[in-house]
Amino acid sequence: MGLLSDPVRRRALARLVLRLNAPLWALPVAWLERTMQSVGLEVYTQSFSRQLPFPDETHERYMVSGTNVYGILRAPRAASTESLVLTVPCSSDSTNNQAVGLLLALAAHFRGQIYWAKDIIFLVTEHDLLGTEAWLEAYHDVNVTGIQSSPLQGRAGAIQAAVALELSSDVVTSLDVAVEGLNGQLPNLDLLNLFQTFCQKGGLLCTLQGKLQSQDWTSLDGPLQGLQTLLLMVLRQASGRPHGPHGLFLRYRVEALTLRGINSFRQYKYDLVAVGKTLEGMFRKLNHLLERLHQSFFLYLLPALSRFVSIGLYMPAAGFLLLVLGLKALELWMQLHEAGVGLEETGGGSGPSALHPPAQGVGLTSLVAPLLISQAMGVALYILPVLGQHVATQHFPVAEAEAVVLTLLAIYAAGLALPHSTHWVVSPQAPDRGWMALKLVALIYLALQLGCIALTNFSLGFLLAATMVPTAAVTKPHGPRPLYAALLVLTSPAATLLGSLFLWRELQEAPLSLAEGWQLFLTALAQGVLEHYTYGALLFPLLALGLYPCWLLFWNVLFWK
Amino acid sequence: MPAVHGGERRWEAEAAPGMAAARPLALLVLLVLGPGGWGFADPPRDSLREELVITPLPSGDVAATFQFRTRWDSELQREGVSHYRLFPKALGQLISKYSLRELHLSFTQGFWRTRYWGPPFLQAPSGAELWVWFQDTVTDVDKSWKELSNVLSGIFCASLNFIDSTNTVIPTASFKPLGLANDTDHYFLRYAVLPREVVCTENLTPWKKLLPCSSKAGLSVLLKADRLFHTSYHSQAVHIRPVCRNAHCTSISWELRQTLSVVFDAFITGQGKKDWSLFRMFSRTLTEPCPLASESRVYVDITSYNQDNETLEVNPLPTTTYQDVILGTRKTYAVYDLHDTAIINNSRNLNLQLKWKKPPENGYIHYQPAQDRLQPHLLEMLIQLPANSVTKVSIQFERALLKWTEYTPDPNHGFYVSPSVLSALVPSMVAAKPVDWEESPLFNSLFPVSDGSNYFVRLYTEPLLVNLPTPDFSMPYNVICLTCTVVAVCYGSFYNLLTRTFRIEEPSTGGLAKRLANLIRRARGVPPL
Repeated sequence: MGLLSDPVRRRALARLVLRLNAPLWALPVAWLERTMQSVGLEVYTQSFSRQLPFPDETHERYMVSGTNVYGILRAPRAASTESLVLTVPCSSDSTNNQAVGLLLALAAHFRGQIYWAKDIIFLVTEHDLLGTEAWLEAYHDVNVTGIQSSPLQGRAGAIQAAVALELSSDVVTSLDVAVEGLNGQLPNLDLLNLFQTFCQKGGLLCTLQGKLQSQDWTSLDGPLQGLQTLLLMVLRQASGRPHGPHGLFLRYRVEALTLRGINSFRQYKYDLVAVGKTLEGMFRKLNHLLERLHQSFFLYLLPALSRFVSIGLYMPAAGFLLLVLGLKALELWMQLHEAGVGLEETGGGSGPSALHPPAQGVGLTSLVAPLLISQAMGVALYILPVLGQHVATQHFPVAEAEAVVLTLLAIYAAGLALPHSTHWVVSPQAPDRGWMALKLVALIYLALQLGCIALTNFSLGFLLAATMVPTAAVTKPHGPRPLYAALLVLTSPAATLLGSLFLWRELQEAPLSLAEGWQLFLTALAQGVLEHYTYGALLFPLLALGLYPCWLLFWNVLFWK
Repeated sequence: MPAVHGGERRWEAEAAPGMAAARPLALLVLLVLGPGGWGFADPPRDSLREELVITPLPSGDVAATFQFRTRWDSELQREGVSHYRLFPKALGQLISKYSLRELHLSFTQGFWRTRYWGPPFLQAPSGAELWVWFQDTVTDVDKSWKELSNVLSGIFCASLNFIDSTNTVIPTASFKPLGLANDTDHYFLRYAVLPREVVCTENLTPWKKLLPCSSKAGLSVLLKADRLFHTSYHSQAVHIRPVCRNAHCTSISWELRQTLSVVFDAFITGQGKKDWSLFRMFSRTLTEPCPLASESRVYVDITSYNQDNETLEVNPLPTTTYQDVILGTRKTYAVYDLHDTAIINNSRNLNLQLKWKKPPENGYIHYQPAQDRLQPHLLEMLIQLPANSVTKVSIQFERALLKWTEYTPDPNHGFYVSPSVLSALVPSMVAAKPVDWEESPLFNSLFPVSDGSNYFVRLYTEPLLVNLPTPDFSMPYNVICLTCTVVAVCYGSFYNLLTRTFRIEEPSTGGLAKRLANLIRRARGVPPL
């Protein structure tokens, strides 16, 4: 492949990189436009603005407005019905300048070729994912997240695939690939295979989840490393965050992945030519596609780049976990039935004048109050933190983001006081039947939720099932209550999140101290809420409106009197 | 007051002998002259003009204003006038009995929305309003006022008898006499408003009865109560005032104007359209002028407001138009004279119609919906685009599953929607010369263009690639299809085998002879064969 083989192009690239190394205050829109135009692309810009629900402290932004610049390489003899996207997120800390340089160099190279059958869009977005979101929404003429953006002037048909590029230095030791997208969506496995093929062809070192690929699968080391990679992927997918700009493309059924250049302390380094060659190869292959990538798997787990676990293998695990809930519910149902029969018999024996309590009526009416109250707690958890941030900042010396997180935790903890407050509404008769009926309902509720989550985001469903199911199955108001309570608290959604954070850093071989872990936990909470509002991530509403109320029901069962 | 009366009577007494002497002479002259004598007689002492003005209002509603003006060249102030022809006797007697100089009475329901309807011809407050100027000969004005309001209450079936000192005022500046007046001493003016007065048919009927043709002929046939009260504004009024009989104002004539204004709600009457016709508004058409009227006309405001690029079209076309400055703006009216035989005789009735026409290039939409598997959608729109603007045409669609045989071999590629076509006549910056088809270059004569100021352009958009939900056509799909087929075949036959009971059909038990034999054997008590 002829990319950058001639010295002129190489010099041009070096110049670009030098230019981009100068400190940037904002995206140099005019310069980018000029450069793209000089390369021979159709250049358009799009401005957007968005006010975040509360200040984003990790990215240090609140009221965001920016401009996306994109150039379209029109394929000869094609009607602009299909296109590929190469996108580079650009944020103010100018860590991605090398990627912009590579994008421009690739654009210049691609422009001279005659074999393109699909248009290629070279997209530089400002404010990383926010810009990508704005561009995608405008491209598909929808408004999902309430971002304000100007309409796009240039389009290039249906986007078939997209590659996002993040390079922080002009030499790389390895290329890391990120596949996990918004809400745990994954690109077609063929796109990953394509990348892997070109990595091998170019002799480039490729990593997954930052882990080197083990070549030796016969000894114990290989599978162990695979397990670590797999766990990392499960944790990342479960978080539902887009791990790179590609994650937002997946919502529009555009197969996409993010390539990250990693510059570690390894001896052997590759320059951008190697990366460029890999990208060129991928784009040429994608260009040849007749159909969208659809032949391979959309649902998979990756222990290594060359190995995957298919849905047929992992789904039964989740299924068996949920079966526990189903069986437990069946057992409770039988017990309830027997108890009802027994009650009737004793009632009949004591005297003909004794009134029989209706077999089902008692159980169901006493359930309404706990169900409603715990669901209301969930709604409060979902709405109040963001709604009440201004009130909180007025009365307490905290920033908005802190206020949101602390309100979140406060409401969450307040839910634990529920059993004491729900007692007065619970009917005193037949106490045993009461908690059994409540637990039956809670079990079915949990099983349904986990089943639905596992179908859409397996990792999240599995993680939650693995933690919540055992405790949910054994919880009852008799026996060692403190033990059960401790178990329940440990397996509550928030504790699972905290534990996942520790596990994640452990797997990445960067263990956390307790204080760091707590800080990271608070950051993760804020990010989760923020991503729900900015990108439409579903983890926060799912936990707040679904799993937390369900968990409260079990807490209620435990403290049933 | 008694002195004045005495004086008048004396004058009459003096005149009476002379009249008595002259009368036989006049009769004689009349007999001699015969019919020819009418030619020299005075012009008719009373006359009626009726008029209807139809005004399309800026809001889209339609206002109709009727005016019936009766003018009588008579000194009504003198008692003894007993012969009434066109002037209603009830009002005439009122004038003479209470020595009225001017009387203005209006009954209104609704409020004239000036902001949306523009200025009215005649404003009136909601409810009943009565204001009267008495002659300066009246001594006890308040008593006359009280009696007058009671009489009017009877005439118009209205609660005017509730007018008393609590709601009567004597304005000093606002209400000047509208007719002839020598002096304006406000002592002789009384003004009262009854805002609560509800106007209804019972007020309209006596008002109509004052008309010379009642509601039998002329414009008054349109006054159908159920339509007039089905409007957003209704105001009827009676105005009496003295006017000059001739240019020199040597003597007085009495003028009675009966006016009625209604505003038809375009939304209710026209089902949301601004078009209207006489029949749609009044459920009547005009058939003839009032035979007693000297003038009977319909005016239609056809001033083009030039809003929304709409133009008015009146049907039938008016014979004449009338232009004048009305209320500060220049207006054009189409005039229909009912005495003009051509207007009525053509179709035996006159049903005025007014249509709002948009320029045809605005809003032509042709849509031919698709039929599944037979024909595609077709949407054609004629749009006039403003300069320097972006127009977005979007069509909502749903992605549907196709039948499994209808998928192309590469379904995941997507399905093409053919490009849209944009044909436009673009105004040219430079006026071109008419093209000689044979002489000019070929590239210049591709499209026929009528004149040099426009040129024709046809543009195509790019085709659209739409992804439809596609079943997984890969191996699992095939396996499922195959398995289902096998299972269906196997299951069907197995089910058949398992559920059907097999038994051996007994051969028929013989014919008629055998049955007969069995009957006989049963009768004999022997077991059958």
